[in-house]
Amino acid sequence: MSAASTREVTLRVNGAPVRVAEGSMVVAAIHAAGAAASRRSVRGEPRGALCGMGVCFECRATVDGREQVRTCVLPVVAGMEVRTHG
Amino acid sequence: MGIQRVVGVSNSAGFDLIVVGAGIIGAACAEQAVVDGLSVAIVEHSALGGGSTAASMGHLVAMDDEPSEFALCRYSLELWNSHGSLEVAEYRRCGTLWVAAGEQDAEAIPPKLARLEAAGVRAQTVTGPQLRELEPELAPGMAGGLLVPDESIVYPPRAVQWMLDRCLRSRAVLYQGRSVVRLRPGGVLLDDGSRLDGQVLLATGLATAALVPALAMAARKGHLVVTDRHPGRVRHQVLEVGYADSAQGEEPVSVAFNVQPRPTGQLLIGSSREDSAGDDVNLPVLRRMVERACGFMPGLRALQAIRVWTGLRPRTPDGRPYIGAVPEQPGVWVAAGHEGLGVSMALGTARLLCDLLGGRSPAIDPAPYDPARRFA
Repeated sequence: MSAASTREVTLRVNGAPVRVAEGSMVVAAIHAAGAAASRRSVRGEPRGALCGMGVCFECRATVDGREQVRTCVLPVVAGMEVRTHG
Repeated sequence: MGIQRVVGVSNSAGFDLIVVGAGIIGAACAEQAVVDGLSVAIVEHSALGGGSTAASMGHLVAMDDEPSEFALCRYSLELWNSHGSLEVAEYRRCGTLWVAAGEQDAEAIPPKLARLEAAGVRAQTVTGPQLRELEPELAPGMAGGLLVPDESIVYPPRAVQWMLDRCLRSRAVLYQGRSVVRLRPGGVLLDDGSRLDGQVLLATGLATAALVPALAMAARKGHLVVTDRHPGRVRHQVLEVGYADSAQGEEPVSVAFNVQPRPTGQLLIGSSREDSAGDDVNLPVLRRMVERACGFMPGLRALQAIRVWTGLRPRTPDGRPYIGAVPEQPGVWVAAGHEGLGVSMALGTARLLCDLLGGRSPAIDPAPYDPARRFA
């Protein structure tokens, strides 16, 4: 029995190419890029995704120029440009 | 079994000054009184720095269109600036940028510059292109503006807290959760039956009329929107030149563009004015306000609004606050009715009131704010 092959998607996180399985959320690409502390609090403390379901707002990053996007509920698209603020 | 009546033990205490209301005006007056060496009681029925203060923008801007307003603003802003950085109150000297969208609005700029310069306020005219250098978010094609670099913003509830902390360290007494039921000869009666003796200062905003009916005020409701965080997008507090007309006027509904960058990078977007008994958000007015703001800064449209709220500005019939002794009520004073300039005028009001209280000659002419004008 062979595993179904998974297609992969390439996008960029902070300028560097990252490959993740199709259907992944952008936050997975951020983690794969090693940028998991993807933003700073008002007081400058590192923050990253917590709830994984779009309610805590800790996973926000800039995607294709749009700021404050919740990356845990946004599927990856080939060629996306993701900028974190960690 | 009958109803058991609990007879409370009546407290009685004496003070030099009983300040009723712990909004920005009451807090500032209490602090000045403490600095002057008076024994002070502060009576506040709800949150400290609540009411109109909690809803306010905290912009420290000199409104120069009406002479007495300008004089009190100037005096008060100098006092705010001399307090230093006031980090605890999130004080920021971001400066003010006045914007004229069209040529007709731009005509208001030279006289404005002249008034500010005559008062010793640093200001400089700005061309249309320079506007966009100062604030890239502004739409292209605006006629010009005026930069007033030394003006500031502050977070009013924290400013109140700072003032009250200073009072309490000097052994002022805070009666929080208590309200004044009525004035009595020589003092006040509180809702728990306590009697406080002393001179009384009503810093009660819209609620002043409940104790002194002649000092009725209208509630001018305003909306504010706060966005999520976008540090660096807007650098100054930005106002359209027509803001002062909106503030002075009595139109049923008026909106005027105003945006303020908060230290967090959030943007406060205003402003609106309407007569209103209640404090509900009025969606059509909110929409008008936001549309006008997006006309000046189109990029605002893409931002997320996190919260919308309203505040009620206390407006007197002639638009000037009441600061001074209440006629026909010996020992009763008032400092209330500042419309949208409570925070700006708070420190000047406090000095003025305390000078009058202490029989000292105030630094500015107190006559325009004399409550006696309502009793003529």
